[in-house]
Amino acid sequence: MTDIRYLAPRTLDEAVGAFAAAAGAARILAGGTDLLVQMRAGVAKPGTIIDIKKIPELTTIEQTAEGGFRIGAAVPGVVLADHPAFGKAWPGVLEAINLIGSKQVQGRASPGGNLCNGSPAGDSVPAMIAAGAVVTVQGPNGRRSMPVEAVPAGPGRTNLTPGEIVVSFTLPPRPNGSGDAYLRMIPRTEMDIAVVGMGVSLTLEGGVVKAARVGLGAVAPTVLLVEDAGRALVGTRLEDAALEAAAAACRAACKPINDKRGTIAYRIKVAGVLLKRTAAIAAQRAGGN
Amino acid sequence: MNEMSTKWIGKNTIRPDGADKVTGRAGYAADNTMPGMMWGKVLRSPHAHAVIRSIDTSKAEALPGVKAVVTAKDIVEFPLDKSVMLGIQDMRWMCRNVMAREKALFHGHPVAAVAAISEEVAAQACALIEVDYEVLPHVIEIEDAIKDGAPILHDFIRHEGKPSNIAGTMVLKAGDIEKGFAEADIVIERTFTTRPVHQGYIEPHACTVSYAADGRVTIWSSSQGQFMVRAMTSLLTGIPQSNIRAIPAEIGGGFGAKTIVYLEPVAVLLSKKSGRPVKIVMSRDEVQRATGPAPGSLMTVKIGAKKDGTLVAAKGDFYLQAGGLPGSPLRGPVGCSFAAYAIPNVLSTGYDVVSNRSKVAAYRAPGAPHGAFAAESVLDEIAQALGLDPLDMRVRNSAKPGDKAIYGPNFGDVTFVETIDAIRKHPHYSAPLEKNPRPGVKRGRGVASGFWYNAGGESSVQVNITEDGNVVVTTGHPDVGGSRASIANVVAELIGIEHSRVNVIIGDTQTIGFSNLTGGSRVTFASALVATAACEKVVEQLKDRAAKIWKIEADAIKWQDGMALPAGDNAGKFPPLSLKELAAKANEMGGPIGNQTQLNTTGADPGYATHCVDVEVDVDLGIVRVLRYTAAQDVGRALHPAYVEGQIQGGVVQGIGWALSEEYLYDAKGRVDNASFLDYRMPVCSDVPMIEPIVIEIPNSKHPQGVRGVGEAPIVPPLAAIANAVHDALGVRFYDLPMSPPRVSARLEAAG
Repeated sequence: MTDIRYLAPRTLDEAVGAFAAAAGAARILAGGTDLLVQMRAGVAKPGTIIDIKKIPELTTIEQTAEGGFRIGAAVPGVVLADHPAFGKAWPGVLEAINLIGSKQVQGRASPGGNLCNGSPAGDSVPAMIAAGAVVTVQGPNGRRSMPVEAVPAGPGRTNLTPGEIVVSFTLPPRPNGSGDAYLRMIPRTEMDIAVVGMGVSLTLEGGVVKAARVGLGAVAPTVLLVEDAGRALVGTRLEDAALEAAAAACRAACKPINDKRGTIAYRIKVAGVLLKRTAAIAAQRAGGN
Repeated sequence: MNEMSTKWIGKNTIRPDGADKVTGRAGYAADNTMPGMMWGKVLRSPHAHAVIRSIDTSKAEALPGVKAVVTAKDIVEFPLDKSVMLGIQDMRWMCRNVMAREKALFHGHPVAAVAAISEEVAAQACALIEVDYEVLPHVIEIEDAIKDGAPILHDFIRHEGKPSNIAGTMVLKAGDIEKGFAEADIVIERTFTTRPVHQGYIEPHACTVSYAADGRVTIWSSSQGQFMVRAMTSLLTGIPQSNIRAIPAEIGGGFGAKTIVYLEPVAVLLSKKSGRPVKIVMSRDEVQRATGPAPGSLMTVKIGAKKDGTLVAAKGDFYLQAGGLPGSPLRGPVGCSFAAYAIPNVLSTGYDVVSNRSKVAAYRAPGAPHGAFAAESVLDEIAQALGLDPLDMRVRNSAKPGDKAIYGPNFGDVTFVETIDAIRKHPHYSAPLEKNPRPGVKRGRGVASGFWYNAGGESSVQVNITEDGNVVVTTGHPDVGGSRASIANVVAELIGIEHSRVNVIIGDTQTIGFSNLTGGSRVTFASALVATAACEKVVEQLKDRAAKIWKIEADAIKWQDGMALPAGDNAGKFPPLSLKELAAKANEMGGPIGNQTQLNTTGADPGYATHCVDVEVDVDLGIVRVLRYTAAQDVGRALHPAYVEGQIQGGVVQGIGWALSEEYLYDAKGRVDNASFLDYRMPVCSDVPMIEPIVIEIPNSKHPQGVRGVGEAPIVPPLAAIANAVHDALGVRFYDLPMSPPRVSARLEAAG
């Protein structure tokens, strides 16, 4: 039996120090809903596990001075659901995070883990990208920020440098008339992995789209920001032609593979269908805000 | 005696296994541990098809902590030229299935096994075993396996004089098929495929065995038949049955697939070699890759009818995937597909096709759902073409009592029409269904029926009166679907005591007489029959004891409400003697009270089911959801109604999975690509509506309580019922399962 070292630092500096010192032999443990499964399957064999749930900055939700939100990377989905204001501002991000796994899993699983797992099918990632969330990371060389879409590098890989830990997500303030939504296609009704995941965030003014961001998952090696789809919506009243143009942009952005979860043709088609459906929900929410 | 009140029969009494299961105390096969126990692990073939040139186990044996290694050399070999049958299993194939001999026939086929001090050391030892493979081209799908030039799995198999992957055929016929089609006003012929599906039991295969120094073996394992475990282990290890005690653990689902062994003989040989108890537990990956599944199928069904809907001819060609070794359940589609109908001209042919996948195992009404998918889809198409109500057409063509069944006997009762009528009269069938409730959403309704043989067979039971006047019943059947609860109800009723005073347990091979497998919808039928006979004998004994005490004739005594009473005024006046009082006096009046009864039971009439389903299709995404499902079945008598309903609901849910989402997927190298519950998509709770069972009770006149079988018939109609409903919704008929979103989407795109 291989020994595994378990550390539960109280500060971020300690965690970063230990992570960097382990030089690749350590894994970060937040909810553990990916890591522990990988260890059981023999896929991950870390020498050290660094549990970040004892670090306050990683486990709290704050409203920023500008009116946005800062979510600790290890905050589990159920805690986010209990927050009085977050779900009102970002219903799409919240529903995406709480589509991950079962109720039991949602009690542990965090958006930070979902992002760092590097799966193109991670549910929270397209919604975070659509939201324009910015990730704060800290490593041996200090702190830096990057947009969520800059983090994934490929299936199971990220652009974090050795020793870097995701600290938090910062979501911008919401202007009036904003709404977001996340839909995914899964063959079952739950307990499944996205065949396509779609996050849309809109800001409307007098029925006209002022801002639009589209995050698209499970159709390429990484989750994508589909800027063409957002552009196709801005300045429109979400007429059929605008939605079709945005859907076409999503289809064009797909670089899927044929695998056990879906065919290339099916994924491309579904990306377009989900864009229209997700945008409709986001617009309805925007209208109510 | 059979004129019963129903104080307990037909009541939803507390399950004998309930408290243990909900509190986590139930002992499943993997829960057992023993002092000095070793962990066994199976090394499996990394190739779908390969000759095994040699196996070198020396490095594994030299690894510290390794206590034994076994390969096919240690398993009793059954030569290829001589069949040795145990039930429906041919030991030639079983000996090669538990351990690859000449060839590895599928990815995951066992090639060696190790016993070591821990799972980790066992895994390391497996990695040190050197197997020299000559990799051969593989073949998975039926279409490919029966093509000219296909890789041939077994040189000894010949079909029509040539080497072939068709290992056997089965033909049933009636009348003159050509004449029948010539008489028909309408003939429809269609070709169907279904994918292999796994039984999906939650509990992986597991066993603990101990081979003692005196050559006696104890096996704790989860199976649908401890006597099957004993007999197969005996045949495959050469140890006499009298020296093997197979103790059945609580079972976490079997659905037919635990009617054969995988691990037990291997663990026994590891224990024999090491002198230590050995435990082996499969992973889910191993279960999906190397156990079970039901076969995939390729079927062509042709049915001819008169304009009024009278069926005149039916022809079926059913190719089933056997897996790497022969033995697919041809009897299911060949015998059941047309059995419920009075069709004068029938030709039904099955083909057993070997290919490089794990050997199939029984799965609920083996083979019958496949055939019903094809036959009941074609019937739907004929009814539609003729403008007939599909239920009316089925009623018109139902077999009649006394008709000769295509599979041999003459029918006794035929209660098919009653199941059709139950659906026809149910509010579901006449409920309005909005076909196009929202843009992009379509709904449809479908019906289909199903037939299963049901079965009797060997069953043993002991009914013993305890010294304190309660009852212990020992049966020989693992309880997979409520047999303990059902037998407790029967015994409480017949002895006339409170249900809580009856304790039903499952005996092991050395404590109860031979009892055949739990399967084929036979166990509640058979064990209620022997339990009734045993209770009758116990009551006779009790009356004899009362007669001795009262010094009157036993004939003058009646047994009522758990007490002996004088039968009438002429018998004399005595205060009643209760079971407790008689038990207390048992030894002075001739000894302990009890009975063991063993019978080869007969008289299980077939089961019929008719189902109605509403579906909703998300047209743009190709997603089919089941909105409402009603399932009618004649069960004879529901001894424990909640269990009967559960059996019907469970069969339907498995059928929904089969129709919509479950399938084995293979990669280019012939490896299963979805060997997990994540990507092998069985329905989850939220995928299915509440299934409404209509439990029809027309007593089987050949059974003391009127029992028919229950467990198989409900999985027969769903595939066709759902396909018929999807057709009603979309106007597009699906001939290939599962109707998964990518397939439905592609089909709708092609249809424009």
